[in-house]
Amino acid sequence: MAKCRGLGHSVQRKEDARFIRGQGRYIDDIKLPGMLYLDITRSPYAHAKITKIHDETALAVPGVAAVITGKTLEAYNLAWMPTLMSDQQMVLPIDTVKYQAQEVAAVVATSRYAAADGAAALEVDYEPLPVVVDPHAALEPGATRVRDDKDSNHIFHWEHGDREATEAALAASDTVVEQAMHLPRIHVASIETCGCVASWNPVEGHLTLYLTTQAPHAIRTVVALVTAHLGLAEHRIRVISPDIGGGFGGKVPVYPGYVIATAASVVTGKPVKWIEDRSENLQADSFARDYHIKARLGSKGGKITALSLDTIADHGYSDAAANPSKFPAGLYHICTGSYDLSDAHVSVDGVYTNKPPGGIAYRCSFRVTEAVHAIERMVDLLARENGEDPADFRLRNFIRPDQFPYTSVLGWEYDSGDYGAALEKAMDMIGYRDLRAEQTEKRARGELMGIGISSFTEIVGAGPSKTFDILGIKMFDSSEIRIHPTGKAIARFGTKSQGQGHETTYAQIIAEELGIPPEDIQVEEGDTDTAPYGLGTYASRSTPTAGAAAAIASRKIRAKAKKIAAHLLEADEADLEWEQGRFFVKGSPDRGKTIQEIAFAAYTNHPQGLEAGLEATSYYDPPNLTFPFGSYVCAVDIDRGTGQVRIRRFVAVDDCGVRINPMIVEGQIHGGLAMGIAPALFEEISYDPDGNITGGNFVEYLVPTAMETPHWELGETVTPSPHHPIGAKGVGESATVGAPAAVVNAVVDALWHLGVRHMEIPMTPARVWSALNEHGAAATR
Amino acid sequence: MSSHHVTIQVNGEEHAREVEARLLLVHFIREELGLTGTHIGCDTTSCGACTVLLDGTPVKSCTVLAVAAGGSRVTTVEGMGNGELHPVQQGFTEKHGLQCGFCTPGMMLTSKALLEANPDPQEDEIRWGISGNLCRCTGYVNIVKAVRRAAEIMKESKENGDG
Ligand code: FES
Ligand code: FES
Repeated sequence: MAKCRGLGHSVQRKEDARFIRGQGRYIDDIKLPGMLYLDITRSPYAHAKITKIHDETALAVPGVAAVITGKTLEAYNLAWMPTLMSDQQMVLPIDTVKYQAQEVAAVVATSRYAAADGAAALEVDYEPLPVVVDPHAALEPGATRVRDDKDSNHIFHWEHGDREATEAALAASDTVVEQAMHLPRIHVASIETCGCVASWNPVEGHLTLYLTTQAPHAIRTVVALVTAHLGLAEHRIRVISPDIGGGFGGKVPVYPGYVIATAASVVTGKPVKWIEDRSENLQADSFARDYHIKARLGSKGGKITALSLDTIADHGYSDAAANPSKFPAGLYHICTGSYDLSDAHVSVDGVYTNKPPGGIAYRCSFRVTEAVHAIERMVDLLARENGEDPADFRLRNFIRPDQFPYTSVLGWEYDSGDYGAALEKAMDMIGYRDLRAEQTEKRARGELMGIGISSFTEIVGAGPSKTFDILGIKMFDSSEIRIHPTGKAIARFGTKSQGQGHETTYAQIIAEELGIPPEDIQVEEGDTDTAPYGLGTYASRSTPTAGAAAAIASRKIRAKAKKIAAHLLEADEADLEWEQGRFFVKGSPDRGKTIQEIAFAAYTNHPQGLEAGLEATSYYDPPNLTFPFGSYVCAVDIDRGTGQVRIRRFVAVDDCGVRINPMIVEGQIHGGLAMGIAPALFEEISYDPDGNITGGNFVEYLVPTAMETPHWELGETVTPSPHHPIGAKGVGESATVGAPAAVVNAVVDALWHLGVRHMEIPMTPARVWSALNEHGAAATR
Repeated sequence: MSSHHVTIQVNGEEHAREVEARLLLVHFIREELGLTGTHIGCDTTSCGACTVLLDGTPVKSCTVLAVAAGGSRVTTVEGMGNGELHPVQQGFTEKHGLQCGFCTPGMMLTSKALLEANPDPQEDEIRWGISGNLCRCTGYVNIVKAVRRAAEIMKESKENGDG
């Protein structure tokens, strides 16, 4: 029997058939009979009292059906909503706005254009209030208080590790480097923005919510909990997440627009569509990062000893981070990275400012990029302080292969790894020693060239239920597989693809386990009425959790298939052997039954005492997280006249364990790399002292095009996860996590001989030119 | 708001409508004709998700008024292949030139026009050619490969006399 294309095959994607024909069904493609359109009036001020909203100015616009304000929602007790971090966030304000572009009121109308006209016509009276945008200033005594319901702007203090031991270890080190760094606000900017169609059926008391969400089931439960007092119950809520045009973490939270559209549907008795503009998306949806880090790293005799990170986290006016509930700073304490060190301490203080609430991930597991950025920058600095090449210094300080499973000083149990092999491979691929020689020559000629390394360790696949939950819901994920009588199958999952290719990858896992070809397996996600409960797709968790569930559910099916095969073959179960797609009698390979024959028998000729049918469900609770890793090396050239950084080469060696579909894995890495160099070089959302945004549209917020993106060169090593059923680790975000530090290290390397020790990101031409100029090295033409 | 009569040929079919002067071509295509393969990704003419061919030239249909397209021929993703897959669609599938698929229709139409003007483009020419279209998922390398592959397919079919 021919092996079907399971693990390790670059199977072409099943989902592409509709996408390349323009037949994808995204949120804005959904049109229901009688549907109304919603548009939002937003605040021009970062902090202001609303003295009056003149509804009549919008209602006078032809086509406008209703104006929804905070007062409308207050009547339903929906003016505020809880965030995932148990803070509160306004849906619509009653009397104050807390950031520029905050939702003030919504207009519902018979067309998109009429709704926009109404939102523009709506007059609002404001009294501006003092603004605080700098989180350090927000912590000063007497600072403007952002939240009227809180005593101060300090949200939380979180720390992990032993501060005293770390201080002692740093004091005993012979070399200590210290560096402050800011990872500014950025935005995932998926090319599809967020939106929803809310359809309330008053007769049946039923709500259907089409939503750009990465976590449809969790959303259903949250909606049920916050609307219970209105008589809405979970069995009368259906969340459908259609095709999603990129998520990257930005489609995890519940945004006010979703709640307003739902309320509007209840108020008008009609389906209501809300699709945000790009500017609204960048200005008001959850941001990522905004960590101000003070880092110290020590070494003794060339061996890393201790790490200390103290961090101010700017959350905007509400802590609306999307983290597992017990982790206010996500998995930031993966910050000891790929290195074997004995002491570490990390602290984070969350702060309120007059900015949009957040922060979410930007194609990374919870706060892992921040951690990797810190450690990889510090290791580079420490290597140089030790007078050593950053590659050699890393190779000597890595956790060794024989130390796995490795328990880090901050308490994580790394499942498997071989860090030296990945770095050496990347160095070979790029020709590291030759590049160093070239750099020396170029320096002598006054040309600027740099080489940067980042050897990251990721932590993904949240997570084991003993520590990981979101609002109490454990972070398992699920797969439900049914084999039809003709041997074809349908499989449903609690996750939700946003372009990752789940329809193909999951089918391949089942194909590997059951021998049913991937094209015979229909994969579905995103409809809470049909899919089994799961926590959704983010933090690279789909393969580690739902992918594992697919394998386990397949194995349950195989166990039942074996009983049926024994019955059909009139053999003892113990005498049967499995080869992909078929059971046969040991010693007589001709006497066998294929999985298709067995499936048919499951409905037509099942053994007495066994239930008919062939299906299984698995809710997979992973025993541990997975720890993908890799080493990236990049070479940059810098123009002395303009300060422009050009990435000449970028080599990425990734180890994500067993690769299910190598083509899809490489595609994920390519995309992650592009989103990795983006914040290093181009992307930033910033605010002036009055809280006015810069970077709030695609003219100012520079998503890289094909011109700025280099030709990625990929390599791989394979270190399977010992605890995952098929040894896979997850890969969607590794590159975003690993890449930024490689680029910064390369730029600092290019400028090191001039006296530059650090660069903040994004390293725009202006910023690089200023650094050159400061060190007397800018070319004047 | 003044209303105007327009006739636009979309994917070979004539469509006559009474439209507001301000109606954008992208909304004409999506809302009036129900052809939802043309997407909207921004409000500043930056992303190219809305790209269609207007008399054979790629345009961002979010920045063209429907009335201005009156009398013109428009090609959207739905009309790319005349029932069969266009070589560009084949190239994107084979080379994994798409992930979420949201930028893909615009990206493919830009690529189609690029290949019609330059049947054998090199990597830098492709990168320049698609630089008006943003993709957040793929990191562009496979899109470049997809366009190269489409060029090959077009060349092969020409050599076989069926192009
Ligand atoms: S929608 Fe972005 S360019 Fe048209
Ligand atoms: S494939 Fe998602 S934006 Fe290009």
